Amino acid sequence: LALYFHIGEREEKCIIEDIPSDTLVMGNYKVQRWDIHKQEFLESAPGLGMFVTVTTPSDEVLLSKLYGPQGTFSFTSYISGEHVICLESNSTRFVALAGSKLRIHLDIRVGEHFMDEFVAQAKDQMSEVYFSLEHLMEQIHHISKEQNYEREREEKFRKASEETNSNILWWAVVQTLILISVGIWQIKSLRDFFIAKKLV
Amino acid sequence: GMGSGMGSGGRSGMGAALRALVLAGLLCAPRAGGTELTFELPDSDKQCFHQELERGLKFTLDYQVISGGHYDVDCYMEDPNGKMIYKETKKQYDSFPHRTEVKGVYTFCFSNEFSTFSHKTVYFDFQVGDEPPILPDMSNRVTALTQMESACVTIHEALNTVIDSQTHYRLREAQDRSRAEDLNGRVSYWSVGETLILFVVSIGQVLLLKSFFTEKRAGSGRAGT
Repeated sequence: LALYFHIGEREEKCIIEDIPSDTLVMGNYKVQRWDIHKQEFLESAPGLGMFVTVTTPSDEVLLSKLYGPQGTFSFTSYISGEHVICLESNSTRFVALAGSKLRIHLDIRVGEHFMDEFVAQAKDQMSEVYFSLEHLMEQIHHISKEQNYEREREEKFRKASEETNSNILWWAVVQTLILISVGIWQIKSLRDFFIAKKLV
Repeated sequence: GMGSGMGSGGRSGMGAALRALVLAGLLCAPRAGGTELTFELPDSDKQCFHQELERGLKFTLDYQVISGGHYDVDCYMEDPNGKMIYKETKKQYDSFPHRTEVKGVYTFCFSNEFSTFSHKTVYFDFQVGDEPPILPDMSNRVTALTQMESACVTIHEALNTVIDSQTHYRLREAQDRSRAEDLNGRVSYWSVGETLILFVVSIGQVLLLKSFFTEKRAGSGRAGT
């Protein structure tokens, strides 16, 4: 039983996943429509589907497919960064239909190849420990990838901070120079002006 | 080779082997239930999430605002009876552990209604802890785990701690980087603006002064000639 939330029928809901490259992301969802007459969410609405769109950090569409009222989608990132997973229903009803909303059950898993099925099927103790170890290895691998990605992000962060620092310094110098030169210009200009007007 | 070695251990006492198997399965399996999501919360908007939970379950809600405005959000949580079990306003990050007393649908909401123009990126992690053991005295019955299984358990627990720690630092870094990039932009805009103001004001001052004297001069000039 996963988490669920409500959205309007024609609304799009997006989830952001900041992930390293070569990471598998698996999501499964279930969508229900609110029935005004019965005042409850229908178990399955005919013809109701969800468009699932996945966008890479460079605004490329990685996945764009229409799934049914219940579905599983997965994608593997090839660059690290913020991937956006958007869900929108394929409802073509007019927006004016008030009180209509959708309930979306959503579960997204990042980086884990779910081993539970294999563990349950394990014939003996040995293969069960074997599958558990495989799962642990996957976890360690994922941690390592995340750490490499973190290194990249920290570098970007450090660059931004250093840029801010040099920006501030450069602008301070430039503004001081402008201040001095403008001040000199002001005095010169006024002096010439007063001399021309025979006030001095 | 390896299979026969393990098999001879299991042959002596099927009951013990079965219990160990179940325990290994439970302990080596991934944590029971949990969702972590990062989403954008537009200004003056509220987003609620619901989850159906059993009674006596322990859960933890961690959330953090990664970017936007003052990096704060309102958050509240209601139990199935509508009672507010958690309510905080303008929090940057928090962790809320709770043990459910009622079975039903728990709702938690993030609200950005106090903000008029900054949309926030919010991360939350809703972890539903393990249910109490099926057999209360299961831990007493298992007298000895095999070395591999106990190693498995230790590694799994350690890795979960590592992943939690990693997520924590990833979010802090994302938030700090967001602030640094904001600061950089603001410094640039302010510097350019200040330079323009500098030029406008200084040239304006000179022209204004000149205009004062020109008017007076014209008046006294006319009077002179």
